[in-house]
Amino acid sequence: MTEWTPTADIETLRRRAMLMTAIRQFFADRQVLEVDTPVLSSVGVTDVHVHNLRTLDGGFLLTSPEYPMKRLLAAGLGDCYQLGHVFRADESGARHNREFTLLEWYRLGWDHHQLMQEVTALCDWVHRAAGGSSALASTFLSYQAAFEGAGLPDPHRVSLRELRQVAALQLSADTAKWDRDACLDALMALVVEPGLPLERLTFVTDYPVSQAALARTHTRGGVELGYRFELYWQGMELANGYWELTDPKEQRRRFEQDAQRRVSQGLAVPEVDERLLAAMQAGMPECAGVALGVDRLLMAVLGKSHIREVLPFDADRA
Amino acid sequence: MATYSTSEFKSGLKVLLEGDPCAIVENEFVKPGKGQAFSRVRLRNLKTGRVWERTFKSGESIEAADVLDIDMEYLYSDGEFWHFMKTDGSFEQLPADVSAVGDTKDWLKEQEQYVVCLFNGTPISVSPPNHIELEIVETDPGLKGDTATGGSKPATLATGAVVKVPLFINQGEIIRVDTRTREYISRAKQ
Repeated sequence: MTEWTPTADIETLRRRAMLMTAIRQFFADRQVLEVDTPVLSSVGVTDVHVHNLRTLDGGFLLTSPEYPMKRLLAAGLGDCYQLGHVFRADESGARHNREFTLLEWYRLGWDHHQLMQEVTALCDWVHRAAGGSSALASTFLSYQAAFEGAGLPDPHRVSLRELRQVAALQLSADTAKWDRDACLDALMALVVEPGLPLERLTFVTDYPVSQAALARTHTRGGVELGYRFELYWQGMELANGYWELTDPKEQRRRFEQDAQRRVSQGLAVPEVDERLLAAMQAGMPECAGVALGVDRLLMAVLGKSHIREVLPFDADRA
Repeated sequence: MATYSTSEFKSGLKVLLEGDPCAIVENEFVKPGKGQAFSRVRLRNLKTGRVWERTFKSGESIEAADVLDIDMEYLYSDGEFWHFMKTDGSFEQLPADVSAVGDTKDWLKEQEQYVVCLFNGTPISVSPPNHIELEIVETDPGLKGDTATGGSKPATLATGAVVKVPLFINQGEIIRVDTRTREYISRAKQ
């Protein structure tokens, strides 16, 4: 029989609509402007582990509105958010759907600490709007402390050899050819993450510089760290934020580094987004930004275990 | 040699792990937002029945296992091997050893059909039909008329298996048994 019915039940779809309204109200109250930049773009993402869906005319469906939003910031728009759909090829599972709803916002003159407070306030707002009575508590944990708390070695100083051994043992994997970040990503997702508190918002900060992506960096205790944070709640990764890099030279260097990694992995190498670099050259304001998975936020609030349960139609029925 | 990449993983897929044939039971997609993707896989070893967990990085692959389930008729045991015959008209016979037959030896009845799992052409497991009819070779005498109290007693079947039967069932009767639960279902219809 042809499956035509929604994958979420009607009550959940009503809650979904209420969540969207609550998010828009949250930002309206704070004078953060809603923007809707194109999801179909002439350039794609260079991230090594995120892949665009392509259109037949050579376009890219965006994996996040980050580049166009940063161009708006450089043009002087000020604090803004976008609540819309994004696309990621080859992502499918209980917490992944190739098309999903992302909330991304930027705050001028803020650092990641201020932004983490606002992320907490948003989650609390949504939690209360859904009938939650008590305020949500939050915990801050460095990437290193998160690893060590799970009985794993110091992720910044452990040798690759030992890291591979630990990953092989913990994950039952053949890690002989895995690089440092593969071992760290797998341990983070499969060992650290399941042990984080369910009920509290947990912010993990100070990522290895190899995983800093578009965050600015600093050196502490001889280790270079990224001003990046990830939010975990109800056993799920919900958001990823940065104290944003604004230096166009460093940005170009990271794009080129990504391109080299893509070449070495036999992946397509998209053109660098010259418009973003030109905008940064013209002057992007100091800011912090974050992207939050709205479908997962709804899963967390409603206690759903599969993303299809909060989507009108999942990728299989889209 | 055929291989399957992580993107092809799905439950039911037959693969080779550490030289043993396995079936994928569950495949979970795991990916940190900015990080690499992994497959967390549960596999059942088709020889031992044990379930293994393994993690693969996206893009890694596993060798395919030459595994085939076919219907075969049980013929006889020579004490060391249990002999089965193909039902495809070829009359080809294959011996299954004690590890392949496993607990199914409690349900082996001549001329009955079984699903035999072949790995590289050799039987590695034998599955009985869900229901089978077997004769009771030994049980305490039946209690006449006692069909309502719901009591039970052990009965030994022709294959050596012991199952619980209602008190009114007698030695020499043929009963229907559920091979999955080892439970009595009914008297066999004559």
